[in-house]
Amino acid sequence: MNVKLRVWRQKDAQSAGRFVEYEANDLNPNMSFLEMLDVVNDDLTRRGEEPIAFDHDCREGICGMCSCVINGEPHGPEYKVATCQTYMRSFQDGETITVEPFRAKAFPLIKDLVVNRSAFDRIIQVGGFISASTGSAPDGNAIPVPKQDADLAMDAAACIGCGACVAACKNASAMLFVAAKISHLNLLPQGQPEKERRVLAMVEQMDEEGFGACTVTGSCEAVCPKGISLNFIAKMNRDYFGALLKSGGKKPASAGS
Amino acid sequence: MKLDAKIPPGPLPQKWDKHKASIKLVNPSNKRKYEIIVVGTGLAGGSAAASLAELGYSVKSFCIQDSPRRAHSVAAQGGINAAKNYQNDGDSVYRLFYDTIKGGDFRSREANVHRLAEVSVNIIDQCAAQGVPFAREYSGYLANRSFGGAQVSRTFYARGQTGQQLLLGAYQALMRQVGLGQVKLFPRMEMLELVVVNGHAKGIVVRDMVTGVITSQAADAVVLATGGYGNVYYLSTYGRGSNATAIWRAHKKGALFANPCFTQIHPTCIPVTGDYQSKLTLMSESLRNDGRVWVPKKQADKRSPGEIPEDERDYYLERKYPSYGNLAPRDISSRAAKQVCDEGRGVGESGLGVYLDFSDAIKRLGRPKIEERYGNLFDMYHEITHENAYEKPMRIFPAIHYTMGGLWVDYNLMSNLPGLFVIGEANFSDHGANRLGASALMQGLADGYFVLPYTIGDYLASQKPGSRPKADATEFKQAEQETNDRIRRLLSIRGKRTVTEFHKQLGKILWSQCGMARTEKSLKEAMAQIPSLREEFWKDVNVPGDGQDLNQSLERAGRVADYLELAELLVYDALMRDESCGCHFREEHQTPDGECQRNDEQYAYVSAWEFTGVGKSPVLNKEPLVYEEVHLAQRSYK
Repeated sequence: MNVKLRVWRQKDAQSAGRFVEYEANDLNPNMSFLEMLDVVNDDLTRRGEEPIAFDHDCREGICGMCSCVINGEPHGPEYKVATCQTYMRSFQDGETITVEPFRAKAFPLIKDLVVNRSAFDRIIQVGGFISASTGSAPDGNAIPVPKQDADLAMDAAACIGCGACVAACKNASAMLFVAAKISHLNLLPQGQPEKERRVLAMVEQMDEEGFGACTVTGSCEAVCPKGISLNFIAKMNRDYFGALLKSGGKKPASAGS
Repeated sequence: MKLDAKIPPGPLPQKWDKHKASIKLVNPSNKRKYEIIVVGTGLAGGSAAASLAELGYSVKSFCIQDSPRRAHSVAAQGGINAAKNYQNDGDSVYRLFYDTIKGGDFRSREANVHRLAEVSVNIIDQCAAQGVPFAREYSGYLANRSFGGAQVSRTFYARGQTGQQLLLGAYQALMRQVGLGQVKLFPRMEMLELVVVNGHAKGIVVRDMVTGVITSQAADAVVLATGGYGNVYYLSTYGRGSNATAIWRAHKKGALFANPCFTQIHPTCIPVTGDYQSKLTLMSESLRNDGRVWVPKKQADKRSPGEIPEDERDYYLERKYPSYGNLAPRDISSRAAKQVCDEGRGVGESGLGVYLDFSDAIKRLGRPKIEERYGNLFDMYHEITHENAYEKPMRIFPAIHYTMGGLWVDYNLMSNLPGLFVIGEANFSDHGANRLGASALMQGLADGYFVLPYTIGDYLASQKPGSRPKADATEFKQAEQETNDRIRRLLSIRGKRTVTEFHKQLGKILWSQCGMARTEKSLKEAMAQIPSLREEFWKDVNVPGDGQDLNQSLERAGRVADYLELAELLVYDALMRDESCGCHFREEHQTPDGECQRNDEQYAYVSAWEFTGVGKSPVLNKEPLVYEEVHLAQRSYK
């Protein structure tokens, strides 16, 4: 099969970017989208041009590094898969495919399709953990965790931190990402002692990073490669208001309601 | 060179406790005066950086990804072993120790492996406390499953994403320390040189992958946790960014490289479909709990699997290894798959594949149970192959997955260069000639949470606080110069071939001549081909762009240049080891039924190679493997 590509090329954060067209011919429908980009890049290199920069690593949908918007959709046309698990059979022969980076104020562009998602790390740094220093743990079975709670926590913990939720949202809100981590930890008995502190701090940091507010359109869940449920945002909001009341009226950051 | 593994005296089960009680400590108020560099943020690096910071050391953590959470430990699927004996099925520290030694075909160090089995139980406790959502029974207690090479259920898991969840646990602990200011984080930074001052490792040279700026970082000790070198084969289950540059450059600065030819080939990966393929995807070994491996009895049988009646199928693992069956260890299962494909009984278009069939398990347990256990793996298989494994057996084939070899370390996980510590897959110490499933996660976290935090203190206590060199010392300037020169050289060639072409060609040489089966002839051929490919690379590679910004071609070129050197050492080692053991199958040495024939009299040692120059013969040092507890035996899984 053959396709035409319109790819966002931008030298760095300061330079202006633009779409550049490329042709990719004689493709096997069973090759992945990123393997198609590899082929295009090898051709560019042979012609002495700079290849298209894009983030990727595991190529099996778990590391969260790949981050393309394909034909307007973060991670492309298929439901519940990352860019790296998108295959050329999902496109039509002769189709023109538009490829862009994840765009959001909080994800500044580095080059071409590569953006900086360190804002996510900074949100985790203020509370996305259980403060259990190495060596302080009781026996693994000392604290039973009801199976349904463990399963639900795992559903939330499956988030790969790719940022597609932000890229899909018209407000570039990070609520799904933040809610997934808060829910994972707040659902477990081990996470209870820091429950309130966690949600208050993480929501505040989220706002500070410049992510927008949530208006519950659900576009985040629709593009999430792991299918993280919007319900976790509801849980986060509940935990947040509970924590706010308990904290004695500390002024709420605009937590997105 | 005299190699001292510093194995503590005394009975095996007491060595670690006694050692911990006798090594030197660093005063709590002095700890913050020591700076420790940790390169890599996978299970080993992440857990080490977090634990060292909790102790009070000043830690700098480097990774090549945009976030520490992306390290390739994230992709481990099946689980983590621990000798908890929660299942009451007869497990114990001794049994995990013995299984690991035997699984490694008696080529690992007894004392290290025993320590690994001892601390395995602490890892589960630690991870549960961090909120790792392990699978649970309805009682709320932890669930287990079985893995290859063991007859007990000792594997803990979080669906098919155990590596991800354990890594997020370590990452979150690390992020907590970053928030507290104990760890300084350097993402998108690549280590390009180790700096040695007066014989001690005292820093690194790094390249900022976004700006291209080269800087030096000084420290009191350097920890490498940069993973394995399996990508030397090009096609592997590794992440595309995984590379050997940090350990290889350290090797060139004097660190010994141990057992480089011990490379694991995992039996259950999705077969290759075309030349464009960039990586291979693993299907977790846990699938072999419920899946049955088979091929048709007839050669070139092109019928679809459903049309092949039961009595025309060869469940070859169950036939050859009745007591372990589909759970035979990885090296044995991989070779068995190769044998049936060599006989012309392989399946799929290429004939390089075998079936992994769940129909019996689905009949026995029902589809929902199988979905609960392996749902995400079946989904992944579907995404890649467009086939439904609930209805049709999976097709699988072996692929490079892990490297047991790595930089040589002593019992303290310190290399022969004082101050250079190597942990996780980057070192060589615990898995011998073959690693058992669910043991990589165990070793990574054991090293990072429970071994290095103790043993590094013994070294630091001998270094005066504040005595580390400044980052503008001559040795640093020189290392920066070397780095800049190499980059300039790569960018100035402007040849005709891409980095990927060279990498693919190298991978083909290694896979065909030094893969699942090796002979003196094939190894000598590889030995002739690699240096000429390397020469061609330095003449004809094309690295576009400049060094002043994000340049992924340049990053890859540096790594492939290192593979072109490492590959030669790998083949050297395989040629020198004139026996078969574990993953290292020399066709000249096999038992009458085609199993590995070890030669304990001549080869019961660790080969630790010394770098003498590119293209020059490396010097072999031997660390004899002394077995005090275990009786060396022919491995049997029948």
